Amino acid sequence: MQPTEGAGAVAIASTEHAPLALVSKVGRREEIVGACPAATELGIHIGMAATHARALVSDLDFRPANPDADARLLDRLALLAVRRWSPIAAVAPADGLWLDLTGCDHLHGGEKRFCERLLAFCRRAGFTARVAIADTPGAAHALARFSPGDLTIVAPGGGVRAISPLPIAALRLENSALAAARKFGVETIADLLPVARGPLARRLGLAAINRLDQAIGSIAEPITPREDLEIPAVERRLLEPIGTAEAIAQVMADLLTDMAEVLQARGLGARLLRLSALRIDGGEEVIAVGTSRPTREASHLLWLLKLKIERIDPGMGLEQFRLTAPHTEPLDAVELGKILAGDVQVRDPARLVDVVAGRVGPEAVFRMAPVASHVPERAAERVSPIAVPERWPKWQRPVRLFARPEPLGGVLALLPDQPPRRFEWRGSAYKVVAADGPERIHGEWWRRDKEVWAVRDYFRVEDEQGGRYWVFRRGDGIDNSTGDLSWWIHGVFA
Amino acid sequence: MPVAKEKTQPILAELRSLASPLVTHRSLPFGIEPLDRRLSGAGLRAGALHEISARSCSLADDAAATLFTAGIAAREAHVTGAPVLWVSCRNDLYAPGIEQAGLAANQVIHVEPRDEKMLLAVIEDAVRDGTPCAVIAEARKMPMVASRRLQLVTAEADLPVLMIRHRRKSDRDPLEETSTAWTRWRIASAPSERLAVAGVGRPRWSVELARQRGGEPFSLILEGCDETGRLAVLAELGHRAAETVGTVRQAAA
Repeated sequence: MQPTEGAGAVAIASTEHAPLALVSKVGRREEIVGACPAATELGIHIGMAATHARALVSDLDFRPANPDADARLLDRLALLAVRRWSPIAAVAPADGLWLDLTGCDHLHGGEKRFCERLLAFCRRAGFTARVAIADTPGAAHALARFSPGDLTIVAPGGGVRAISPLPIAALRLENSALAAARKFGVETIADLLPVARGPLARRLGLAAINRLDQAIGSIAEPITPREDLEIPAVERRLLEPIGTAEAIAQVMADLLTDMAEVLQARGLGARLLRLSALRIDGGEEVIAVGTSRPTREASHLLWLLKLKIERIDPGMGLEQFRLTAPHTEPLDAVELGKILAGDVQVRDPARLVDVVAGRVGPEAVFRMAPVASHVPERAAERVSPIAVPERWPKWQRPVRLFARPEPLGGVLALLPDQPPRRFEWRGSAYKVVAADGPERIHGEWWRRDKEVWAVRDYFRVEDEQGGRYWVFRRGDGIDNSTGDLSWWIHGVFA
Repeated sequence: MPVAKEKTQPILAELRSLASPLVTHRSLPFGIEPLDRRLSGAGLRAGALHEISARSCSLADDAAATLFTAGIAAREAHVTGAPVLWVSCRNDLYAPGIEQAGLAANQVIHVEPRDEKMLLAVIEDAVRDGTPCAVIAEARKMPMVASRRLQLVTAEADLPVLMIRHRRKSDRDPLEETSTAWTRWRIASAPSERLAVAGVGRPRWSVELARQRGGEPFSLILEGCDETGRLAVLAELGHRAAETVGTVRQAAA
């Protein structure tokens, strides 16, 4: 079974003002259903009769409980969790949240760090929170509510041992099952574990056994994620499972047509598309494509999705497809005025970039852009492929620049400002017949202390065979602190 | 029996039209007469694969081959306003230098695929997409199957794929391998004109067309790309070339 990590957060509103208690009708009497820490200190506890509490503390601030508002608040928290922390998050009634942290904890700096940040967030928002991470949602639910500390992290595989000392109330049992367990003298989960299942089911009911199995991980308990309705989503359910690439491509095309309509209605363009396909054996295949500019052009998106079709493993067949656009950006109609006026239309490279980036990865597609630096190796940097870079100054520059300048040997040159007459490089000698230079480039003192006085004198030299090279000498030939007068080759001209 | 000249001329014209390939494709002229005249179709065929290689394994010749290719793409980019895709597994190009051959940074998109297999796939994707005005690729190996495949893809897309074939010391001439490329060029740097003052003149390249479909191979010395990517004829050589051609025509007539 795939390990599921759940974090249950118990949320209780806290105030620093007057002691506050929430009252609601339970059965036929008014009961306290919530109390702030100040009220708890005064002896008010949950389950106490309202009249009793009123008699104990006369100035207690009584307010009717509003479970609907609580549920709405919790729902908003779940939505926030889906958007910020984990794509699979759900409300755990009536006072908790489940987050599936599988594969996303590293995005928040690891489990422990994530929990600390979560607690800090809840504190700032005015909630008292308790967090637990465990292999199963059931165990996390129990630990968040019944473990001694605010923060419990159970190592993978340690769930059973961690929940054994907890009372059986931690198992989300019905009241009747709890009462029955109390009658049989069962108090902690550890008491339940060795008992044979048959007799246990007869005494506590099958539901209780299921809860126990869910907590220890014998039965799967999937978290149904809170859906973000803001995200455009379209879905196709098929009459019969499909498995061929052509059929999948057809479904993709249908979904994209639907998606384009949804996006157009909202004036949005997709930057990220996520296609999840459900297999008939319950497995899920997910592929995602990104675009460099917001788009809703179905044919283009279909081409991008088709590139990844081979990564879908159809298994016994796929029966349900769901396409969502988790990341969208506004996309309005494009002004055609200039094009109609007869200007040359500059082709938008975004489509091309998407296609190529889908093949080789987004970091392998780039443009080069100027950097304000005189030092040649710093003058260019990689930028986004849809950026529009400026131009470089018109100094003669080589076609290929060596990653590291290579040393030259046997250089004959007059000081202080003459080009070399001959040099040796990579085992052969070159006789210089013509040269341009020097072009003096000073070190950038604001970057490194070593460069404060550094100088390079660059020459463009041509040898007898017509090879043109970019060589430089360290130092200006007069002052020794500017360089050691060694010669280097830095690039090749055409 | 001698046939009257008036009778043979229409027949000859018809035969010539049958023998010459149909010029339905677009071509990219170099804009210099001695080069365009010798190319079939008066320029580089647009929807085709072209191979460019350095004559020797020296870096200077390699640089000349690179800039020769960049110049072709630059002229095309100026005309169409579309970007050039430059695919190279090991990108050591110096963008300011490329810009001086007419290919400004805002006209090039670089792609750095993992290996040469991926490189071929990227070219094919880009050509099918049709957005770029030209694709430049740098490869060491190109099997016959790959070149045929690329040639077929480019023929449909009407954009040139310019393949720079690098060579290593131990390698044979990459142009000795069989390939379906439309033209195959061998470029080397040549000594520039000695100026009256100290300094390096405008670069000169020895441009050799090793093979072309529907035409003869030839070799020329040309002046390198200017900042718009245009080559130029050497002043004194252009003069001499025109004379030579004149005599040849007379001899044939």
